[in-house]
Amino acid sequence: MSILSHSKIERSIGLLAILTVLTISIGGLVEIVPLFTIEKTLERVEGVRPYSPLELTGRNIYIREGCYTCHSQQIRPFRDEVERYGHYSLAAESRYDHPFQWGSKRTGPDLARVGGKYSNQWHAAHFLNPREVVPESIMPSYSFLAGKSLRDWEIADHLKANRTVGVPYTDEQIAQARNDLLMQANPDADTDDLLARYPNAATGDFDGNPDQVTEMDALIAYMQILGRMVDFSTVTPEQLRQ
Amino acid sequence: MSHAIPTDQAAPQTYADNAVRLFTIATVFWGIAAFLVGLLIACQLAWPALNFDTAWLSFGRMRPVHTSAAIFAFGGNALMATSFYVVQRTCRARLFGGESLAMFVFWGYQIFIVMAATGYLMGITQGREYAEPEWYADLWLTIVWVVYLVTFAGTLVKRREPHIYVANWFYLAFILTIAVLHIVNNLAVPVSINGIKSYSAFSGVQDALIQWWYGHNAVGFFLTAGFLAIMYYFVPKQAERPVYSYRLSIVHFWALIFLYIWAGPHHLHYTSLPDWAQTLGMVFSVMLWMPSWGGMINGLMTLSGAWHKLRTDPVLRFLVTSVGFYGMSTFEGPVMSIKPVNALSHYTDWTIGHVHSGALGWVAFVSFGALYHLVPKLWNRAGLYSLRMVSWHFWIATVGIVLYITAMWVSGIMQGLMWRTYDALGFLEYSFIETVEAMFPFYVIRAAGGACFLIGALFMVVNLYLTINPPHEEKVRNIKPVEIG
Repeated sequence: MSILSHSKIERSIGLLAILTVLTISIGGLVEIVPLFTIEKTLERVEGVRPYSPLELTGRNIYIREGCYTCHSQQIRPFRDEVERYGHYSLAAESRYDHPFQWGSKRTGPDLARVGGKYSNQWHAAHFLNPREVVPESIMPSYSFLAGKSLRDWEIADHLKANRTVGVPYTDEQIAQARNDLLMQANPDADTDDLLARYPNAATGDFDGNPDQVTEMDALIAYMQILGRMVDFSTVTPEQLRQ
Repeated sequence: MSHAIPTDQAAPQTYADNAVRLFTIATVFWGIAAFLVGLLIACQLAWPALNFDTAWLSFGRMRPVHTSAAIFAFGGNALMATSFYVVQRTCRARLFGGESLAMFVFWGYQIFIVMAATGYLMGITQGREYAEPEWYADLWLTIVWVVYLVTFAGTLVKRREPHIYVANWFYLAFILTIAVLHIVNNLAVPVSINGIKSYSAFSGVQDALIQWWYGHNAVGFFLTAGFLAIMYYFVPKQAERPVYSYRLSIVHFWALIFLYIWAGPHHLHYTSLPDWAQTLGMVFSVMLWMPSWGGMINGLMTLSGAWHKLRTDPVLRFLVTSVGFYGMSTFEGPVMSIKPVNALSHYTDWTIGHVHSGALGWVAFVSFGALYHLVPKLWNRAGLYSLRMVSWHFWIATVGIVLYITAMWVSGIMQGLMWRTYDALGFLEYSFIETVEAMFPFYVIRAAGGACFLIGALFMVVNLYLTINPPHEEKVRNIKPVEIG
């Protein structure tokens, strides 16, 4: 029996198991490891920052409701997509996304740059009853978000967990988390400090109910920051090279 | 080599089949649940009022219930039932750890399923496709999976056959690889030890590739390697013919497990994943066509000299048709992984159609074939209650699949084309909502296809129930244990 005979392998459970694990390891290692070591994976654009407490909460609601099952957040570099949605998506734009939410299906439109496209009022009406605003829509109603207060959300812990996995939240941001969460949705608040910590954040009342900070506020605040962190009017082609 | 097999002088040992019977029942139960929820969410896309303005009934929460029920509950129980059945017969050995370890795997796995599914309804999810369960459920599954590996591999160690049968290579590769994928993809930091929420250890582009390395190989090892193992035992058994080519099974096994693992990036074509990774994913996906068809050829050619049985044996018809669907999906997959094709197909229903030609045509059909083969043997019955009902199941389900995948081809390609259509002045012709509106008839046809598939499966439930509990004969109270020999 030659050394290349397969019968050696299929007579030994140990050999079969080891060779199997080796065989399945190669592809993954070759593809995944360089993404962590090659600094070129991320484009060198400015403006991408950690999510504000309210945005992060909104993002968690986005994940909780499975929005990714119908909406992508990843614009491909095609003429029609760039015209429909805006500049193609950059890896740098989701660098603080734990987990990523690029999605795989567009039953509804891409949301990577939905921020600023519609008013808060539009979003609130749309979440309450999508068919009120877009009669042909097949999106479920999210009216149940409207009454849910964020008072008990342990937001500082969420920022800390994010810092553990590599999001550069500062001590100040963590200390102010609870306050920032409430202030961002308060139309009467002084938001200068908040905006210094989280530039470009949308502030004010989001859901049409200024008395209470709700899950609806958070989700709309998240919608309104999507795609708005990088100012593409100042980006040069050199910065976009991967 | 049979002279090498020791003859057992002691009292005859029996196979540990109690857990196999439970896994078999669970396969049928979760299968119906998966098809039912699938039908509901298909209808929700046609008629959004069916979301009932209720959080836990909304599409976004129900969709992972459907995918997890289909893949992990229905598919997973089918894999566990058959792997424990097959490994004992092909090793001529009782399960390692006997009934107790197998029972732990059974109950442990059902608890995982219930934990995951109830979590989805409450909105507990990691937001990673096909890896939605949160960290505590993932940890529990890891424990169950290790016991599953120990039970399976331990039985291989105990075997009284010199060679490990080909089906067991595939089962072993499936169990080992899923363990690796599951652990790496679910690395996360919980917000607190008594809280449910966690944050992925990875972010953005790295997270995306790790997730699709996992996601594609959940297809490759859970839904392919595992079910090829089913094919390698049940097709030869039902056809009463040996596997067509031993050499082909060696070549396609190693080629398949080597190539599959590279294919993940084809889920991320034209995204911000670096181009070199996308290209690697595409090239390996196209190469994957070859070992996939190696498996199909080996399965189909096993019928050499037994093709006439298809006329009379509807169980064999399920098994053979499943291999045909496997061949079709594994051709369609490489085509869709080619970047210019993917530019059109990605984000559309074409992907959904592709998945279901694999999930319904291959995974479910080969499982149905295995279930029809298993139940009379496990409950010590002469045969199935009714072959006519199997035939009805086969045709209704096949019509359902054809309705499903053709509707999704048309809607997917149509939507992809509408998104990129320009008018004479160079503006986009269609607003997004116009493309949604155009999907309506196809969503209705898809739901009809899903309903057919469910009705067919209900025929199976009745048939299997009456096989186990024959209405006219005296019930056999004690199941006769099968001697190892």
